[in-house]
Amino acid sequence: MAEAAAGTAGSAAAGAVPRRSPGPLGAYALLAWTWTRAAARYPASMVLLALATGAVGALDAAAIGLLFTRAPRIAGFEVAEVLFLYGTSALSFAVSDILLGTTERLGQHVRLGTLDAMLVRPVSPLVQVAAEEFTPRRFGKLVPAVGVLALALPRLDVPWTPGRAAMVALMVVSGAAIFGGIWVLTGAVQFVLVDSHGATKSLTYGGAFLTQYPMTMFARDFVRAVTFVVPLAFVNWQPALYVLDRPDPLGLPGAARFASPAVAAAVCAAAAAAWRAGLRHYRSTGS
Amino acid sequence: MSALPWVWWYGFRRHTAYPIGSLAEALTNTAFGFMRAYVLIALWHERPALGGYDATDAVTFCFLTQALIGPLQIFGGMELTERIRSGDVAIDLHRPVGLQGWWLADDLGRAAGSLALRGGPPLLAGALAFPFRWPGPAGTAAFAAAVLLGALVGFGLRYVVALGTFWLHDDRGLNAVTLVMSLFLSGMILPLVVLPGRLGALARALPWAAQIQVPADVFLGRRTGADLPAALAFQAAWAAALLAAGWLLTRAVRRRLVIHGG
Repeated sequence: MAEAAAGTAGSAAAGAVPRRSPGPLGAYALLAWTWTRAAARYPASMVLLALATGAVGALDAAAIGLLFTRAPRIAGFEVAEVLFLYGTSALSFAVSDILLGTTERLGQHVRLGTLDAMLVRPVSPLVQVAAEEFTPRRFGKLVPAVGVLALALPRLDVPWTPGRAAMVALMVVSGAAIFGGIWVLTGAVQFVLVDSHGATKSLTYGGAFLTQYPMTMFARDFVRAVTFVVPLAFVNWQPALYVLDRPDPLGLPGAARFASPAVAAAVCAAAAAAWRAGLRHYRSTGS
Repeated sequence: MSALPWVWWYGFRRHTAYPIGSLAEALTNTAFGFMRAYVLIALWHERPALGGYDATDAVTFCFLTQALIGPLQIFGGMELTERIRSGDVAIDLHRPVGLQGWWLADDLGRAAGSLALRGGPPLLAGALAFPFRWPGPAGTAAFAAAVLLGALVGFGLRYVVALGTFWLHDDRGLNAVTLVMSLFLSGMILPLVVLPGRLGALARALPWAAQIQVPADVFLGRRTGADLPAALAFQAAWAAALLAAGWLLTRAVRRRLVIHGG
């Protein structure tokens, strides 16, 4: 029945798209609204899901809180500083997950043949995959992120300059862009490796988990890998070093702390190229 | 001969049919194992004997949770709910085998398949990269019993949640709420020995502890002598209680489905 409701809503939207022919953003908004209405057909589930999604996100924050009931400083960081990292990471990740998280299901669309149906519609397949089953439940993730950030920011022991305040905003935006790029990039991998979703979760969800903690906890080579190979360190760690006025354990030059927007642009460009290449080489399974 | 061994076998076969997909999942479990292990090591660096664990115990615990995520299906869910939504469950109810027994056999087959493919990689990687604590032969046997009982408890919990679909018509909300409980109270997020005071005592008495914390304690050799039967009895009691609740709900569901029109 859910499929039936969603299906009717989906085809209604598909019917509406060519008439109005909106741009990609308009199409995304229209599809997202359609899926939201479909989800609202099960109001009890939708509310419970949003609450539970928020609660699952809050569990990570609770874990940090619990860790610090057992020790005042861990790996040289205090609870407010780690919660600041949690808040910025969770906020960036939540925004990227709301907008692009369903690109992780590309492999499923390839296997079921539903991608073929998307290719014949006059809307970008990326928009369709990303808006697929858009659900208000994912907004639940914003709640613990914003809440914890609001709690942590005034407790940070730093002199608040306009530069620092701007950096907090900038790191959330670039962090979301980096995560967004990683969603699309790992989605594009599934054009080639249909079964890779299980493994690429370690970059998306794993990246979200990793960036909640200070890199001083992890082994040096591990930190190098998430700085230079998969640039997760630029989601919030490098800018946070500037905000918290801390030395870099890898000893990178100070400019690295301001590099997040450039890194985000590079990741997004790589993701766009990978997606286009994947789409160009896509061959239907014929099912 | 009963059909249930076959149901078990087909469950096992279905869940070992895509080994590459399972290994990909195991890779993610391993990656999370590493990240969580570093966090725990940092904590145990500050508090060396926290909760009676040493750092080696904590790291072993961490990789053990990652190895058991798949087999015990900590993230919840059961195929049965899809069949309730689509009405296919009417076929299940017509079978000459009870609904609960059928799905228990299927789920244990799934658990065995998942353990075979997803259990090893996180443990091996953890043992290679960090100081690790392996149990002796007796400990391994006790651990096998504890995992089996943990799987029964896991099934009992998920079956009760799945039957909730008959009333709510959609399992996702209920599933999501139980996911929060399951993640936190099983010891997935933090070992339950880290939880302070009453919260810790409560968490260690609830059924979720029977899924991860108890098998892990057995693995680490922290439940020996008279403590071991007590630990297994704790698991068995929760398994029995949950399976009994599932049995009662199954009876209620038979009437419910008729009202719903089948």
